[in-house]
Amino acid sequence: MSYALELKDLRKNFGKTEIIRGANLAVNTGERVAIIGPNGAGKSTLFNLISGRFGPTSGEILLNGQRIENKTPYEINRLGLSRSFQITNIFPKLSVFENLRCAVLWSSGYKYTFMKFLSDTKDANDLAMKYMEMIRLDKKRDLLAMNLTYAEQRALEIGITIAGGSNVILLDEPTSGMSKSETTRFISLIKQVTVGKTLLTVEHDMGVVFGLADKIAVVVYGEVIAYDTPEAVRSNHRVQEAYLGSPVAEAQVGEH
Amino acid sequence: MSSYKFKPYNVGRWVIWSLFAIVLICAPLVFISNLSGTILAQMGIAIIACLSYNILLGQGGMLSFGHAVYTGLGSFVAIHALNTVTAGNANIPVTLIPLVGGLAGIGFAVLLGYVTTKKAGTPFAMITLGVAELVFAMSLMFSEFFGGEAGISGNRVVGQSVWGITFGPQIQIYYLIAIYTFICVALMYAFTQTPLGRILNAVRDNPERVEFIGYNTQRVRYFAFIIAGFFAGISGGLGALNFEIVTAEVVGAGRSGGYLLFTFLGGATFFFGPIIGGILMVLAFVLLSEFTKAWLLYLGLLFLIMVIYAPGGIASLIMMNLRVASFGKLKQIWVSYLALFVTSLVTLVGAGAMIEMIYHLQLNSTLGDTLIFMGVTLNAKGVDSWFGSLFIMLTGLGLFEAVRRQFLMEWGDIQVEIEKEIKRREAA
Amino acid sequence: MEFFIISLLNGMSYGLLLFMLSSGLTLIFSMMGVLNFAHASFYMMGAYFGYTLSNLIGFWPALLIAPILVGACGVIFERLTLRKVHKFGHVPELLITFGLSYIVYELVQLIWGRIAVVFPPPEILQGAAFTIVNHSVNGLQFFWGGVPSELCQTTDAMIRLVCSPFPATRGFMMLVALLMLFSLWLLLTKTRVGLVIQAALTHPETVESLGHNVPRVFMLVFGAGTGLAGLAGVIGGTTFVTEPTMAATVGSVIFVVVVVGGMGSLSGAFLASILIGVIQTFAIAFDYSFISVANSLGFKLSEALSNNSLLKLTVSQVAPILPYLFLVLILIFRPKGLLGTREG
Repeated sequence: MSYALELKDLRKNFGKTEIIRGANLAVNTGERVAIIGPNGAGKSTLFNLISGRFGPTSGEILLNGQRIENKTPYEINRLGLSRSFQITNIFPKLSVFENLRCAVLWSSGYKYTFMKFLSDTKDANDLAMKYMEMIRLDKKRDLLAMNLTYAEQRALEIGITIAGGSNVILLDEPTSGMSKSETTRFISLIKQVTVGKTLLTVEHDMGVVFGLADKIAVVVYGEVIAYDTPEAVRSNHRVQEAYLGSPVAEAQVGEH
Repeated sequence: MSSYKFKPYNVGRWVIWSLFAIVLICAPLVFISNLSGTILAQMGIAIIACLSYNILLGQGGMLSFGHAVYTGLGSFVAIHALNTVTAGNANIPVTLIPLVGGLAGIGFAVLLGYVTTKKAGTPFAMITLGVAELVFAMSLMFSEFFGGEAGISGNRVVGQSVWGITFGPQIQIYYLIAIYTFICVALMYAFTQTPLGRILNAVRDNPERVEFIGYNTQRVRYFAFIIAGFFAGISGGLGALNFEIVTAEVVGAGRSGGYLLFTFLGGATFFFGPIIGGILMVLAFVLLSEFTKAWLLYLGLLFLIMVIYAPGGIASLIMMNLRVASFGKLKQIWVSYLALFVTSLVTLVGAGAMIEMIYHLQLNSTLGDTLIFMGVTLNAKGVDSWFGSLFIMLTGLGLFEAVRRQFLMEWGDIQVEIEKEIKRREAA
Repeated sequence: MEFFIISLLNGMSYGLLLFMLSSGLTLIFSMMGVLNFAHASFYMMGAYFGYTLSNLIGFWPALLIAPILVGACGVIFERLTLRKVHKFGHVPELLITFGLSYIVYELVQLIWGRIAVVFPPPEILQGAAFTIVNHSVNGLQFFWGGVPSELCQTTDAMIRLVCSPFPATRGFMMLVALLMLFSLWLLLTKTRVGLVIQAALTHPETVESLGHNVPRVFMLVFGAGTGLAGLAGVIGGTTFVTEPTMAATVGSVIFVVVVVGGMGSLSGAFLASILIGVIQTFAIAFDYSFISVANSLGFKLSEALSNNSLLKLTVSQVAPILPYLFLVLILIFRPKGLLGTREG
């Protein structure tokens, strides 16, 4: 049985600086993993490597047993991996509905066709509607994405990510910049939309992490120093040293 | 500048297309002079060309400086095909010659587009420039295909005439162009409603994200490029039929620049913008150039002003005002509009007088120093003429600026009121 | 042999002129992300300003003042129009400079007319910088300055005598270009302003938050870039011809240089300029076509082949398209350009 996502001795240098220094990870299908670590540890870089934004210097990345390192982002997406971005990356001049519809077009099989009218692509339209309702933006269907509020745009960002039907979802700091109430709502949204999928999410908010994740991966200085259940990670000495031993983090856990 | 959505009612769709067809059919019956005939024909050709250009610019965010390559090569292939028919070596009906141009457009777009769409944004623009220069320079080298200085001529009155239609008279060729125009406009509009068309928009908005939803951005651009090339070739083919002669300037930088200028002027952000652009292009080249020698200068200045103040072009200005009108607020601002118009006219008169005097000094010095400008005799070497024009221009400029600020204030107020009204309607 | 030397030098001087222009273009592009479509228009302005000023105050003062005037125009343009569209993105910026190129072209024609103006170089630069005489008996001889015409002719049928002068204007062009290159390098690497510029090249916001007035730096860089173009214009205008189409002729070539060299790379622009300059100069001088070469090698070509217009083309006829051919080839085989780092 192969892992949903596997990293084998992954390394990435930018010029002379080694950012990822031998990362190893093995995520089972259906697991929800939170990736935490201090700033600059390389979490976003890991996501960029996995999703194909750039290629590793060495090492392997396996998606469902298949090697995907050095593949282009669209090839990786077509193999079943989707990611969201920390800085909202939507289609500003398209409406909410159009944003989601674009996200489902490829997986619905429409590819590069210009022989069909969008109004006739029933399955794509229905899927887009479904996801729109899931992320609770159905009332804003025709609003241009750039006119949404920040939290709504983040919701749309996640919507676009999951709409393709990928089984492995990477969410890069989905709740960054949100208020407490928005974050709480978002966690339940994420839980709902990622049922049955493998989820990796980079997070800083400890409450989100402990409320959402089955397993936690701790990244420090480009290495995964711990990968275990939340309780085990919490009591891991190395992790405590590097990251969790602060009263602020403790306080955050109690909030959500 | 924010952009808004303004959706006319859907019934309107049938009305609009029918109106479009009616205008195409009746135009030559209203404008019956010979000059109008050729102008109308050229408008149809220009509309197709500008719309095909906008597939790249407005829909795909690809700024091309070399679109004339595809319209021009389409023209050349079409006229060669026409000559082949005349020589009896092929049996293509004249009505299908533009399609031959379209196929040529596809062919060259497939060939050159592969290299061109390897990059995006600014490098893409420069590559299109380089390819355009390459083709234009080649046109001077291969005189068999390009005809050298004299170009290639043809005769569209060839083959069997069906129902007495020979395409000799201008009116007949106009209706052929009109039919092609209607069909091409409809097809290009349909394209915007297809998956490829929509993904092309997504590529324009956020090319990186498109890669992460499963699409190869470069492929999308390449396909759009080919489709634009098809319609460009058709436009070129129609041009070959209309003028019955094709010279190397149809692939030149001037024409490419013209497509860019007028498509942008008409409005790249709305589908019908390039239609306006195409119409203006013909009017400017044929009529405006007769009025004043400085027309390119005026055009350049207008273009500059549009880029800064109205990057959505004339189409966006129309839509913005339609939106204001739909909320019944247009009457509040029409006085300011009038003032803007009058003051800009004054400025234009002053500037125009000076420019005409300079031209006169340069070109017509044998005719003496005086010239007639808008019914007034000016002395190109006289201090008072110059002082007067300068004074008028500066006054106009100053007044315009004052009115503009007032206008902006009023416009802002109206926008706020409209937003409130929208919220009120949503809540109700 | 002397043909090779002179052509090489001519090619390098043309290449250095191209570099004077493309360096300003690259600098502006690297710093501001703006591709100045009107860069060649500033070149043209330099030539025309130089022409008018040298008629008023002499060539050497004009050489100094004309570029400053052109730079001032660049600064005004940046301040009044370009700055307003920065926020709209790169396409509107390109469009604005595109519109400017139209306007400058029309204004130049308006003020100075449509035909070329005579812009002669000053006394000291007229004639040859040096001359190489190839005497079939005495071998190669090198003379400073020009050579009196009697020395270039011989009534002796056994002696072949070729005089190859190297124009002083070209030599001056190379000198100025190299000086300019050197001072640019000094400025960028050794001065504080240069340091700020280098930093703002990749991280304008960071530099701004450090307290530097980045918009002002941009404006100055734009002015400097266009001023350089103006300087190139004065020299180019007097060496070649000063006419309204001079902007278009050289404009597209410098874009090719920038893409071929690699967008945003000064050294790449240098390499590409020299390469294109030399190759094009050599190509124009060669009158060989595929057919003439084949014939001289002793191949007998069939009737059809001999009449093929493609094969009849001489290298010199093909010369104008060489830069663009380069462009296409580079894009296929090495899209980043020769020394490019930025993806543009």
